[in-house]
Amino acid sequence: MISIRGLTKRYGANTVLDGIDLDISAGERVAIIGPSGTGKSTLLRCLNYLDRPDSGVIRIGDLTVDAATASSAQILALRRRTAFVFQNYALFANKTARGNITEALITVQRKPRAEAEARANEILREIGLSDKSASYPAALSGGQQQRIGIGRAMALGAALMLLDEPTSALDPEWVGEVLDLMRQVAERRQTMLIVTHEMQFAREIADRIIFMDGGRIVEEGTPAQIFDTPKDIRTANFLRRVR
Amino acid sequence: MRALDVDYMLGLVSVILGYVPLTIGMALAAMVCALLLACLMAVERVMRVPVLDQFVQLFISFFRGTPLLVQLFLFYYGLPQILPVLSGINGVTAAIIGLTLHFSAYMAESIRAAILGVDRSQWEAAQAVGMTQAQSMRRIVLPQAARVAAPTLVNYFIDMIKSTSLAFTLGVTEMMGATQKEAAGSFLYFEAFLVVAVLYWAIVETLSFLQKQLERYLNKAITR
Ligand SMILES: Nc1ncnc2c1ncn2[C@@H]1O[C@H](COP(=O)(O)OP(=O)(O)OP(=O)(O)O)[C@@H](O)[C@H]1O
Ligand SMILES: [Mg+2]
Repeated sequence: MISIRGLTKRYGANTVLDGIDLDISAGERVAIIGPSGTGKSTLLRCLNYLDRPDSGVIRIGDLTVDAATASSAQILALRRRTAFVFQNYALFANKTARGNITEALITVQRKPRAEAEARANEILREIGLSDKSASYPAALSGGQQQRIGIGRAMALGAALMLLDEPTSALDPEWVGEVLDLMRQVAERRQTMLIVTHEMQFAREIADRIIFMDGGRIVEEGTPAQIFDTPKDIRTANFLRRVR
Repeated sequence: MRALDVDYMLGLVSVILGYVPLTIGMALAAMVCALLLACLMAVERVMRVPVLDQFVQLFISFFRGTPLLVQLFLFYYGLPQILPVLSGINGVTAAIIGLTLHFSAYMAESIRAAILGVDRSQWEAAQAVGMTQAQSMRRIVLPQAARVAAPTLVNYFIDMIKSTSLAFTLGVTEMMGATQKEAAGSFLYFEAFLVVAVLYWAIVETLSFLQKQLERYLNKAITR
């Protein structure tokens, strides 16, 4: 069970997150949609303290992190319970595909190398990149890099997977394979919070859709509720524009 | 113009070659120490540890802002006068320490620039998987920075080899010191210094060749 209370983030006078309250139950797949500059990325980045929120409380299982008092040990603990998939992949450039997956297992989770490598090989098979295990990111296509990015996140066994527009930076030809992999992850009921502009995909995999605007959650509900019968005029307008 | 004494020069080559190990040894020892010190200072400069940062900045500024020869004289002839424990220091050790401090200041700045050049997303990805700052630095950022800084660092090593010749002013008989002695005996200054110049040149050319191989290897390693 994950709970977020009053999460707020300001950049100067600009309130980017304006008191976000959100609960996510184990195994739930939540998709966030909304206009550009609304704070969707900031929300995800505040959830693992890549950006430090100004106030608000995040609870994941028995871990509670309050922005007012968050220690670096708590921040590390929070990051170790979450996994992040970046829009621009952000694979470790000095590590092979397999090294990208084993790195945190060895350095952070202190698994023996052999065990980490066995796990990585398993993941590489699942994401269909066993033959690229010794390749460096620079030698991989965008689609392959993002599949490794998702594989790296899968390997962590995190309580919550955060995905920030995983297909937005991809050439159109690679989008399909990455969406397929995310479907696979979603089917296993990995708890996930995904920001996406792929409305059809969100409708297909999400248990719940959240529409954000101006740093707030404007409306949330099942895909059918949000996409077919939006209650708020802003949601309706947004959906009309993106369709 | 008189003719060059070629026989003398050939004889001298084998004499001076005997001092190449000392020259390379001093440079290697200073290089290893300077690299370690430079990495520590570069990481500190990026992290900006309070108080320590002011000290490191001062250190770098001093060692980049004064001539190496002056620094060597200050350590070897000057410091022992106020710190008697240093009075037993030999010229080779003093030269290695001097070269280390001098070059570490330069190398710290190039490593720092290389660290700052590593894309922010690399830091973020490391933090996101739960690495500590130190782990992110050591496992992800520094290796990428090292790759970028490597050619420059080899340049400093080349510079260092040439700078070991200053050790002769501390009474060390290395390549330059040996040449000086030989020349003083034979009065064939041109031949003697030409020979030592060509030998330095040959060492540097060899290193430049290795540097190109290294660059090619580094480029290949990460795009495989
Ligand atoms: N580091 C920063 N400094 C200042 N302002 C920032 C910073 N990061 C984000 N912002 C501002 O915060 C607001 C929300 O940005 P955010 O990236 O969270 O939006 P988003 O909903 O993810 O948009 P998009 O759909 O374009 O990705 C924007 O107005 C942005 O300019
Ligand atoms: Mg965004």
